[in-house]
Amino acid sequence: MLLEVENMTTYYKLKDGFVRACENISLSLKQGEALGLVGESASGKTTAALSLIKLLPENAKVMSGKISIAGRDISQAMEAELRRIRWKEIAIIFQGAMNALNPVRRVGDQIVEVLRIHEKMTDKAALLRTIDLFEQVEIDPSRVRDYPHEFSGGMRQRVMIAMAIACNPKVVIGDEPTTALDVMVQAQVLQLLEKLRSKRRMGMILITHDLSVVGETCDRVAVMYAGQIIESGPTERVFENPAHPYTRALIAAFPNIEGERYLAQSIPGNPPNLLNPPSGCRFHERCSESMKLCSCQEPLPVKLDSGHFASCHLLGRRVLS
Amino acid sequence: MNMRNYLVTKFIQALITVFIVIGMNFFLFRIMPGDPIRVLIRNPKISADSLARVREQFGLNEGRLVQFWIYLRDLFTGDFGSSFNYRQPVLDIIMERVPATVLLVGTATVLSIIIGVLLGVILAWKRGTRLDVIGLSVSLILYSMPTFWVAIIMVMIFAVYWQIFPLGGMGLPGVFYTSYWAELASKGRYLFLPTITFALILVGEYVLIMRSSLLEVMREDYMLTARAKGVSNRNLLRRHALPNAMLPVVTLIAINLGFIVGGAIQIETVFSWPGLGRLMYTALTNRDYPVLQGLFLFVTIAVVGANFCADILYRYLDPRVKS
Amino acid sequence: MITSEQKKDLFALWKKNLVSFWGIYSQNKMGLIGLVILIIFTLMALFGPLLVEITTMAVDDVTQVLHPPTGNFWLGTDDLGKDIFAGVIIGSRVSLLVGVAATAISMIIGTVIGIVSGFYGKTIDALLMRITDVFLVIPWLPLMLVMAALLGPSLANIIFVIGITSWAGTARIIRSQTLSIKERPYVERARAIGSGDTHIMFYHILPNVFPLIFANTVLVAAIAILSETTLSFLGMGDPTRVTWGMMLHFAFSMGAVSFGAWWWLLPPGICVVLVVLSFTFIGYALDEVLNPKLRRRD
Repeated sequence: MLLEVENMTTYYKLKDGFVRACENISLSLKQGEALGLVGESASGKTTAALSLIKLLPENAKVMSGKISIAGRDISQAMEAELRRIRWKEIAIIFQGAMNALNPVRRVGDQIVEVLRIHEKMTDKAALLRTIDLFEQVEIDPSRVRDYPHEFSGGMRQRVMIAMAIACNPKVVIGDEPTTALDVMVQAQVLQLLEKLRSKRRMGMILITHDLSVVGETCDRVAVMYAGQIIESGPTERVFENPAHPYTRALIAAFPNIEGERYLAQSIPGNPPNLLNPPSGCRFHERCSESMKLCSCQEPLPVKLDSGHFASCHLLGRRVLS
Repeated sequence: MNMRNYLVTKFIQALITVFIVIGMNFFLFRIMPGDPIRVLIRNPKISADSLARVREQFGLNEGRLVQFWIYLRDLFTGDFGSSFNYRQPVLDIIMERVPATVLLVGTATVLSIIIGVLLGVILAWKRGTRLDVIGLSVSLILYSMPTFWVAIIMVMIFAVYWQIFPLGGMGLPGVFYTSYWAELASKGRYLFLPTITFALILVGEYVLIMRSSLLEVMREDYMLTARAKGVSNRNLLRRHALPNAMLPVVTLIAINLGFIVGGAIQIETVFSWPGLGRLMYTALTNRDYPVLQGLFLFVTIAVVGANFCADILYRYLDPRVKS
Repeated sequence: MITSEQKKDLFALWKKNLVSFWGIYSQNKMGLIGLVILIIFTLMALFGPLLVEITTMAVDDVTQVLHPPTGNFWLGTDDLGKDIFAGVIIGSRVSLLVGVAATAISMIIGTVIGIVSGFYGKTIDALLMRITDVFLVIPWLPLMLVMAALLGPSLANIIFVIGITSWAGTARIIRSQTLSIKERPYVERARAIGSGDTHIMFYHILPNVFPLIFANTVLVAAIAILSETTLSFLGMGDPTRVTWGMMLHFAFSMGAVSFGAWWWLLPPGICVVLVVLSFTFIGYALDEVLNPKLRRRD
């Protein structure tokens, strides 16, 4: 098992109380496997990813949980060790957009920087490696001396990818890497990620709200809602037999191009306030099938199938009947 | 737009501005109410013949445009006119005093930038704490004080009340020093108070700008990327935050140049520092128009030139700038 | 043409805006402090000179000249034996007057140039902006000093000189705001129905730049007051009028510094600082009101 997270909880401290951004998150990643982390905005996906390497703002804290990478427990790692782990073992590709790259430094320099920190390479060796990386992500190597604003959105993402794989990390986390791009470019970037992943046998966590991306590229998927993972399993299984009402609603919101035509359904209501989450199941207020039990007791994960889990009281009944 | 094109464009713009300023300078002194002759000649008892000759020489009988041409021609040969008071060529008088002003202004500016940036970084780091609030308040208050008034207070405290520093001037004339160090120490005593005062005036703004700029930069996405890359705290600041946060400071330096001139005039007056600022004050009091005209032109051109340099520097630091 | 019905609606809208504006403004501590200080000084300027007279000690009583504060003379006396406390109060009137008048001139010029330049664009814009740039580059104090020297020391001249040299910053700001307003739908509509240029500028653009003008005015006022003080100190002020700057000018010329006459040198300066600070505070508060992004999230 490449990456294992057990019951990780992260809170933000605000003036009025604690925002329970991640509650008891558990997930695992095998080598070469791609896991999709799906959910609405503010469901806690990014916080979960950043919590792995403790890249959180000052008022956030990982309250509990065990995080291990390649068998090594890094939950208690101090800042110095974390800095070694960051990028070398776990790298993040941020939403490229405008500003993920430093605007006043050349892109080549920014990649050389990671190589010097983690691989202790000389400038010359690092530059050669950078050129090689550019070729792998299909960018003209002569552009190593260009500045970020001279690239288009898609190319900037490729630069970010090149930078992310530079130190051969074990795990790459892509935080909405294609959200800001148009569909054609999106396909190219995803293809590139696929190619690199299979070649290097990296573990990949793809954070997105776009189910179609998950369907295309991920072996397994975990669905997050209001800071909790409410369903997870092999992608095909979850898509064909979604167990949790939220997952079902999510899939229904993405119309199938082949199936019968129906009006795309949106989920009524709004995501809950995580300062004061609803009691019991956090989805119960928006759920069309909620029972009385749902508002009092938090559902525990129920095993449905090999690797397919979901947390919903309805499942207990179904399994019984 | 690459660097060379940018340089050329900015240079041409600067030249145009200088030309406009020269024109303004000329017309300012000739259009003002009153006989233009009085700008050139002070002696009320001058004979009618001499007067006529002067008119001839300065082309005052010709049209304004011809006068302007004569003025331009004189300028290019370095003839800025003659001072009423000193009876010397204006340009000579000005050049004599340039070193003193450069010493004062240069030292104070460098000092205020260094301290301002440092304090700004510290205050941004300690945002919201007592120190931050105190620092902000002090900067704000300093910023609201008239420059000459701060100078007066400094003199009162450090030269009158506690007689640590001399009241003014640049040094004792005609004194021999035993060693280079002695000379430095003595001259330094005269330089210290005016420089510190000037730096005090300037520092407030730099602190405020640096602080807010740094706070903004820290919130940017690329700072998170840098942290995720495992960059050390020191390098986060030095290599990622500061290069971006310094940009508004450079802009500020350029904007401040006009203000610095105003400040120099006031400080040199209060401290009797023998530089261009004091020259302006004396020329004003004595209505020495040739000196005033020449000084105004000189100082303005210097500011335009400095602005040009600042533009180049900014372009070098921020590759995103297009012309 | 605006009907009386529309006028009533406009008025109600204005009132509502004012109330909500005050609601946000009063939350800002700095803004309130600034406002209070400004009100105090305004009252001082309006009513002070009616209540106070600059009394002079008997000229043959030399011991009372240049005297530190006593019971009768709260801020002591100057080199002619005049009461400094009274001087400060009387001086407030002209100091503030010059500041306000110069600000008005500066704002009018700046706004007109800004709107006209932004509205018409192209050649007019290029020309006006060139002039504005020149005024921005020229160091302000030498320009003001030279003009004041040529015109002669009088109150009107000082107001004129300050007003005519400080409009450039305002013009730039107003111009960029005008540029963005120009593109808005209601301006296009007004043009489509054939409204004249001046009508559009006055009735559509002006009301929308008004908040910006308001915030900018406060800052220009601070600069105007500092300018008058500095001009007077350097000897370009009107010697027949009492202003804080003139008091400092005489103090300095008469050697109050080496004499250590802090009671003469400090009070006028402190007044200037307080007034400028009040304007700055109000300016910050206005910035927050007009720019919701700056408001502190509590």
